[in-house]
Amino acid sequence: MTTEAALPSGPARSGARGGGRTVSAVLFGGRTGPVLVIVAAILALWYAACLPMNAGLPSMPTEGDLATRYQAAWALERPVLPSPHQILMELRVSTCGRLPSDQPFWSAFFSCEIRWTPRNLLFHAWTTLSSTLVGFLMGGLLGIVLAVLIVHMKTLEKSLMPWIIASQTVPILAVAPIVIVVLGSLGITGLLPKSIISAYLCFFPVTIGMVKGLTSPHPIDLDLMRTYDASVWATFWKLRWPAALPFLFASLKVAIAISLVGAIVGELPTGAQAGLGARLLTGSYYGQTVQIWAALIAAAALAALAVAAVGLAERITVAALGGRR
Amino acid sequence: MVEAARAKTVPAPAGDGATGIAADRAKAAAPVVTARGLSLTFQTNDGPVYALKDVDLDIAAGEFVSLIGPSGCGKTTLLRVIADLEQATAGTIRVNGLDPDAARRQRQYGYVFQAPGLFPWRTVEKNVMLPLEIFGLPAAERRARAAKNLELVNLKGFEKKYPWQLSGGMQQRASIARALSFDPALLLMDEPFGALDEIVRDKLNGQLLALWAATGKTVVFVTHSIPEAVFLSTKIVVMSPRPGRIIDVIDCDFPRDRTLDIRETPEFLAVAHRVREGLRAGHSYDD
Amino acid sequence: MSAPAPSPDLARARGRADGIPAALVGLVAVTAGCLWALGAVHRPDLAGQAPAWFWGTIVALWLAAWWVTDRLAKAVPPTPGARRVLDLMVPLLFGAFLIFLWEIVTVGAGVPMVLMPPPSAIGARLAQSLPTLAEDFGQTVLRAVIPGWALGSGLGIAIALLCDRVPFLRRGLMPIGNFVSALPMIGIAPIMVMWFGFDWQSKVAVVVVMTFFPALVNTVAGLSASGALERDLMRSYAADWATTLLKLRLPSAMPFVFNALKINSTLALIGAIVAEFFGTPILGMGFRISTEVGRMSLDMVWAEIAVAAVTGSVFYGLLALAERRVTFWHPSYRRR
Repeated sequence: MTTEAALPSGPARSGARGGGRTVSAVLFGGRTGPVLVIVAAILALWYAACLPMNAGLPSMPTEGDLATRYQAAWALERPVLPSPHQILMELRVSTCGRLPSDQPFWSAFFSCEIRWTPRNLLFHAWTTLSSTLVGFLMGGLLGIVLAVLIVHMKTLEKSLMPWIIASQTVPILAVAPIVIVVLGSLGITGLLPKSIISAYLCFFPVTIGMVKGLTSPHPIDLDLMRTYDASVWATFWKLRWPAALPFLFASLKVAIAISLVGAIVGELPTGAQAGLGARLLTGSYYGQTVQIWAALIAAAALAALAVAAVGLAERITVAALGGRR
Repeated sequence: MVEAARAKTVPAPAGDGATGIAADRAKAAAPVVTARGLSLTFQTNDGPVYALKDVDLDIAAGEFVSLIGPSGCGKTTLLRVIADLEQATAGTIRVNGLDPDAARRQRQYGYVFQAPGLFPWRTVEKNVMLPLEIFGLPAAERRARAAKNLELVNLKGFEKKYPWQLSGGMQQRASIARALSFDPALLLMDEPFGALDEIVRDKLNGQLLALWAATGKTVVFVTHSIPEAVFLSTKIVVMSPRPGRIIDVIDCDFPRDRTLDIRETPEFLAVAHRVREGLRAGHSYDD
Repeated sequence: MSAPAPSPDLARARGRADGIPAALVGLVAVTAGCLWALGAVHRPDLAGQAPAWFWGTIVALWLAAWWVTDRLAKAVPPTPGARRVLDLMVPLLFGAFLIFLWEIVTVGAGVPMVLMPPPSAIGARLAQSLPTLAEDFGQTVLRAVIPGWALGSGLGIAIALLCDRVPFLRRGLMPIGNFVSALPMIGIAPIMVMWFGFDWQSKVAVVVVMTFFPALVNTVAGLSASGALERDLMRSYAADWATTLLKLRLPSAMPFVFNALKINSTLALIGAIVAEFFGTPILGMGFRISTEVGRMSLDMVWAEIAVAAVTGSVFYGLLALAERRVTFWHPSYRRR
């Protein structure tokens, strides 16, 4: 007979089966269990892949049993694929300096003394984060202002909005080198050009999300405001703005993520001075794979933190508005 | 009148009890649905919800049975248990002498939902042919059956339209044609006209009655409208909520060719009164 | 051709169509003014040293253009066809006027070429360098963007189907997929260049990684987009997983799949171009942009960007057309 689609139908019957939760039920059935299993599988695959990926390197021993060959593959200076613990170590060393040798390994690993120098990964992360945040603020504000103008001015809606939508389809990041170089030749360097790229990237989603949000009130709600003879101002603050907030936060999450991308790409053409993008580029110049991976992990952590921060702001706002949605 | 759909090419042969329904309705005593001590409990975060409790029910072939009651009384749940869309937690239920699961796998019933549930990317005709495609009927046969059933529900000429190009009443008629297309002996209808306005509903009620008289199918019909139940049914099952159970079973033997006019007659009003009394009793029991 | 003047009553009955003739007259005047200014600004006595009266004229033209756009935007055209023409015309005129301003300001104020070349110079450069641009297009778009986009999206959709079949995979992969979607995946470009070499293979790899997750996440979301009622219907037919997928869940997932394909079209272009910043053979749009920026020949960079913009828009437009054909039934496209 045919197998059937296992689709939930009707109300959920959580706990209907009850009984004790076995280990396999926790690992394969819960919410976090499967994620942990998949992450563990990826790590295992990663370790396993280190040998075949690095086997071609001249510094690899061609003889010996599998264990020694794997040990060598996981400890290479410039591997094709570094092992996860190498990356972890690089993160530790590039933020807190070399491990003090006079202590046991784990206490040494967690004893940290941060020196704020251009060699420190945290310094680069902060460089990237600061231009990300400045760009995000500029782009977010610009996006909101543009959306408010577009919603209230028909001329702008008809003439500007199509271009904003169309420009979404254009690889805007390609313009990044121009912005950096042109502003550089005008004497503007450092944080601002990168922030401008970030702002340029992230105002699009904010504008589009906010236009959607500000026009999301139902015609009935707008009619209600008309029966009160409410001013445009009152309609905006009492109806349009609160209605737009969920849209705003959704688009801000997208915006801060691509703001970070903008900052990283903005650090590429300046010839690698500071920032995570610069670390990626120097790592790529000098074949420092471990450094690239560490910068990549740092960028991922920044992105996760930034998105989580916006999420937190969303929760606080929603709670302040009475926890709707 | 429309000829009863008796084609024998439905892939799954009906179980022992389901054959020859139309042949002789008078002695159609073979039960189509039998429920004994049927209970269904949902576990929710707020504790258990007793959707059905100790339901005993017999539905004979050829009957038109209405399940009536206030919202939340389990009438839809009962229909879904018959259709194996929901599984009882206690008691037994047989559909055509089979397990509901086996009956569903043999495609022994057609189900009409509260909403038309037509696929917007298929034309009306293709929607009616959907179950036939799934059952693997040949293309010519599919087309013939779609044409016949669309004509049966007065939708001839709308074959190539998309569902969203039709009115709500027409959409629901198309979904009835879809349920009829594979000629199941049992028709399960879950408030099929609930979303329609009174005038359209009256008209569709009349058409449904004619359809039932012509095809001799067994119909289980969920509704919360007393006049609708009394007008359509041979048997009315009154249910009450929390826990969902049967309060009263009322036989209703108006002639099969009844028209909307009978709703003014004293007999009709008497039955309606008894249904209302049953509903009220169920409520006072609960509150 | 003499357009018969509509009687006042009729015009009112048609809405604000009476604004259109005046706006059209204004449009002709503004266009004439713009053409004159374009001719004048390139005269040796004006280029780079335009006097105040010239800028005054430009400001006046700007105000007039605003008035025309305003009129056209607020006009209620008498027929649907006219409305479509207007809806297309207003943004086109707006864009054309922006390019006009760009040309006038860069030429009239004598902005150095290394800062901002005028559109005319970019156009000339584009026409001159067509063979180079075509080679770059072939390297970046045909060899990297399109294969990478197809591979990444296809893989994402395939894994999404697998996730649908194996609930454990869905529960394990979805949180990871959602997390990864927010990461700056472009950062893997140097690693891919190291693994797959300088040529197009590494760009394909970058594009595959960047497009995989949006396809996966959107397809999984789309596969659960069909309603409970429709799934109950399929269950009442005892339809198996493949049939339910084919007849119900894939069709209703199509809007989500196309959303992913459209997002991916932009991501793929960005991925391939930025990956070329990390190293290429002497070919490709990203390579050209980074080297020409280094040589300060911005007209070539802008020409390359123009090609990228047109490519992106056409790519997106084709997908949007395909979407319209496949998901014609979706409420946003329905026409009775």
